[in-house]
Amino acid sequence: MKRNSKWYNNEIFPWVLPIVIIVLWQILGQYKIITSTLLPTPVEVVQAGIRLFNTGELQEHVLISTQRALIGFVIGGLVGFIFGLLNGTILFVEKMVDTTIQMVRTIPHLALIPLVVLWFGIDETAKIFLVAVGVMFPIYINTFNGIKNVDGKLIEMGSVYGLSRWKLFTNIILPGSLPAILVGIRYALGVMWISLIVAETIGADSGIGFMATSAREFMQMDIVVLTIVLYAILGKLSDFVAKVFERRLLKWNPAFNNK
Amino acid sequence: MFNIELKDVGKSYGDNEVLRDIDFSVDKGSFTAIVGKSGCGKSTLLRVIAKLEETSKGTLTFSGEGSKDPKIRIMFQDDRLIPWKNILSNISIGAVNKAAAKESLQEVGLIDKEKDWPDQLSGGQKQRIALARALASNPDILLFDEPLGALDALTRMEMQNLIEELWQQQQFTSLLVTHDVTEAVTLANRVIVIDKGTIQLDEKIDLPRPRERDEKFTYYEKKILNQILGG
Repeated sequence: MKRNSKWYNNEIFPWVLPIVIIVLWQILGQYKIITSTLLPTPVEVVQAGIRLFNTGELQEHVLISTQRALIGFVIGGLVGFIFGLLNGTILFVEKMVDTTIQMVRTIPHLALIPLVVLWFGIDETAKIFLVAVGVMFPIYINTFNGIKNVDGKLIEMGSVYGLSRWKLFTNIILPGSLPAILVGIRYALGVMWISLIVAETIGADSGIGFMATSAREFMQMDIVVLTIVLYAILGKLSDFVAKVFERRLLKWNPAFNNK
Repeated sequence: MFNIELKDVGKSYGDNEVLRDIDFSVDKGSFTAIVGKSGCGKSTLLRVIAKLEETSKGTLTFSGEGSKDPKIRIMFQDDRLIPWKNILSNISIGAVNKAAAKESLQEVGLIDKEKDWPDQLSGGQKQRIALARALASNPDILLFDEPLGALDALTRMEMQNLIEELWQQQQFTSLLVTHDVTEAVTLANRVIVIDKGTIQLDEKIDLPRPRERDEKFTYYEKKILNQILGG
């Protein structure tokens, strides 16, 4: 493979640019070219992180945010998946429900915030509700499309070879739509964090968003930047987990195996 | 084993009449080829027999021991292997049991590939697996829908030998749809030529097996080819 022998095609090279940016950022802050009230240096941000870790605040807030995100994701994901499954396999349900879902889908779910606050106040339910609504649609659409796009020739083969409806579903339709469903999950994970950030910033007494808003009131710039970094890390982490699942579940697919 | 009997079968899609007055029967354990130009209706005929399409006219009956429905399998033009199942699981689709699946994998000579993914095999190997999958369920009737059309000439000859050999061993009723006259004469006891939706020629191929490409072979080949091209 000639492509592999290029000097820039390796694991390390993609990390050079981010490291250069962080080093530059540190230098600019350290020599007061950028004042730390405007943007604290990376070292200051890390120090703030260590400080909060030692008091236990950091873990507490990250844990509560992750909890909200996951509960909302599971609820919204399941609802989206089940509707996608039913609409993809039963024409009657599709004709009855799909148009309505497609209409509701076009509403940006964050526009529901005023309504959600009136319904649920600003407690846990409100945040979980927002995450669930945000996550539901990408999973619904990808499950539905995934099922609709399963190769009809394979389904025909399955019925000629005597598979029952249930076996046809578990052996051909579901695994055939899995790549699309996984794309939906990865996309939904991004939506999950965005919904949570917005929900926590509007009203919360715990969580990463609460950390950010209260730090803003006391002008603790290092903590504000820290919360942004935390969201970035959590987002990247969940994407990584989704990718691992993708690789494991789709190992039959030449696009995912490195043999 | 089952006989297949078609009486006055017709098939139309709207105003478009694809098949008409199809009247023939196939003896159990025989090997019949249906040849014709593309678009002549031969694939539709196969799909009607496989009950993938309803007849618009006439009747299709199967008769055999007992009153149960025959087990019909198709080998398609494309292999239609399930990409997310390894070779052995692919063959196990509709197989009597795992042992039968392994046995037919052995028969097509690819037992060492049982753990591979379909995408790791060549086109010829995939069609061998498709053949193994069809045989693993002990079919009463095996329908071939131009299964060798996409293969190179050498692989195709290998596959023809394999199909002939397994058919002679297992005696399933076979029906082969193809546009390749040589292939039809090599494999079948009887060749039916279809054009514009009707049967134009019904010829017994009275040659010993395995078939040699001798004068008699060429005689049948020419006769059938002239019918197709002249018709």
